[in-house]
Amino acid sequence: MPTYAALIYTPAEAEGQGTPEEWAAVMADYNAFGEEAGAAGVIVGGEALEDTHTATTVHVKGGRGGEVVTTDGPFAETKEVLGGFYLLKCADLDEAIEWASKIPGAWHGKVEVRPVIDFSQGQ
Amino acid sequence: MTPSLEDAIKDEGGRVLATLIRLTGDIGLAEDALQDAVMVALEKWPATGVPANPAAWLTTTARNRALDRIRRERSRDRKESEAMRLLDQEDVDPPDGNDDRLRLFFTCCHPALAAEARVALALRTIGGLTTTEIARAFLVPEATMGQRISRAKKKISTARIPYRIPDDHELPDRLSAVLSTLYVVFTAGHHAAEGRLDSRLDLAAEAIRLVRLLVELMPDEPEAGGLLALMLATHARRAARIDESGDQILLADQDRSRWDSDAIAEAAAIIDRVLRRGRPGPLQVQAAIATLHGLADSDEGTDWKQIVDLYRLLEPLAPGPVTRVNRAVAEAKVFGPEHGLSLLEGHEMERWHLYWSTRAELLRQSGATEEARVALEAALACEMNDSDRRLLTDRLNAVSRA
Repeated sequence: MPTYAALIYTPAEAEGQGTPEEWAAVMADYNAFGEEAGAAGVIVGGEALEDTHTATTVHVKGGRGGEVVTTDGPFAETKEVLGGFYLLKCADLDEAIEWASKIPGAWHGKVEVRPVIDFSQGQ
Repeated sequence: MTPSLEDAIKDEGGRVLATLIRLTGDIGLAEDALQDAVMVALEKWPATGVPANPAAWLTTTARNRALDRIRRERSRDRKESEAMRLLDQEDVDPPDGNDDRLRLFFTCCHPALAAEARVALALRTIGGLTTTEIARAFLVPEATMGQRISRAKKKISTARIPYRIPDDHELPDRLSAVLSTLYVVFTAGHHAAEGRLDSRLDLAAEAIRLVRLLVELMPDEPEAGGLLALMLATHARRAARIDESGDQILLADQDRSRWDSDAIAEAAAIIDRVLRRGRPGPLQVQAAIATLHGLADSDEGTDWKQIVDLYRLLEPLAPGPVTRVNRAVAEAKVFGPEHGLSLLEGHEMERWHLYWSTRAELLRQSGATEEARVALEAALACEMNDSDRRLLTDRLNAVSRA
């Protein structure tokens, strides 16, 4: 059964905003999703990320062994930022889309669903 | 009488391919295996004659070839064990193919694929056209079209776009993705007739063929029937809608003796049948409107009253500028140009030439020549094709002389 990464992108302006009550409501929504998808055995991993102000982008100039260039901030300054992800084990894309639509991030942002490469199938 | 070799292969190819895609779970592998089987058939059948059940023969042969291919490419393809499992577990029953072909519609027109990829894939996989033909039809380099199709196939297999008929609760959305894909193919056929795309391939006829198949597979879906009727009623006017220089002729000015009355009659029969189900949708209503136009012997003899009723029914189902403008034209025929103009109030669409040209025509009819001229100038400031531009320039000249 394939695994899908559900990458959660939410509006950048929402980062670090909101009252504790709002934050608690969002967390409750995520907990509800975690319980439902967890009970269904769909979630095989996932993490929430600290906001993009804490991000550092690393690039090695000139390829391997080259100069390590670090930049403050996320890879791309966009209106929607990667806030976290789940790894979901689903039978097919339709099932993955159905679960992704239940992630609260999909309600006020967007969730990108991508299959994870299964290296155990190779060679 | 035994069917000829080519006919047998052509008739059965689509069915067999659909079954092979289910068995292998991989469109590319299925196509290659079918190609192999066809080669074997071309070699053997002239001597042995076409087998009693050519579809079953092709399926079995192609399935064996697919297994051969998988074994050969074992080390390279990480999905191979999967396909092997699928091929091994299924007994090859001769395909009746209907469910498989229906699955194929939903896979090729899955909303997770880009709209242009759906169009290409449907024509290629269900319609059996070659990449070269599709590329030529859409005036796209063959390499580009080939890449578009192979990316879509790769997404289907890698992201596991399922090969199944959607559940009831998903069906309305998924069916509408299929219908809109087929409608895009049909519209492209019309653009070809207007000289905007290559016309060597009759895409409109291809689209009708695919929708016919879909209606056969889903006889209980009234919108599928609606789309078929809409296409038939529209296509029936093809001989009359373009003049020798490739310009469009307006409905009112078309030579109705050149309309295909058989196609219109078929559209009317389909619409009668589907509307009786009592689940009207936008395609059924548009088809009913197109059919009413088709049944009229002249512009004056058109049942505009009923067309107005249909547009009023259509607007909540398919709101938007196109519906509003068409409704205003119809209502003006029944209730006068001022009434038509009032329906356009508050629906200004600055950059759409048909909004302005409709407004101009209604203004001219109500005697406001100067305002009509201004509206035509606004129309000509919009983007449009050359044919429309010539038509509107002529009208502007006529109004300016008046």
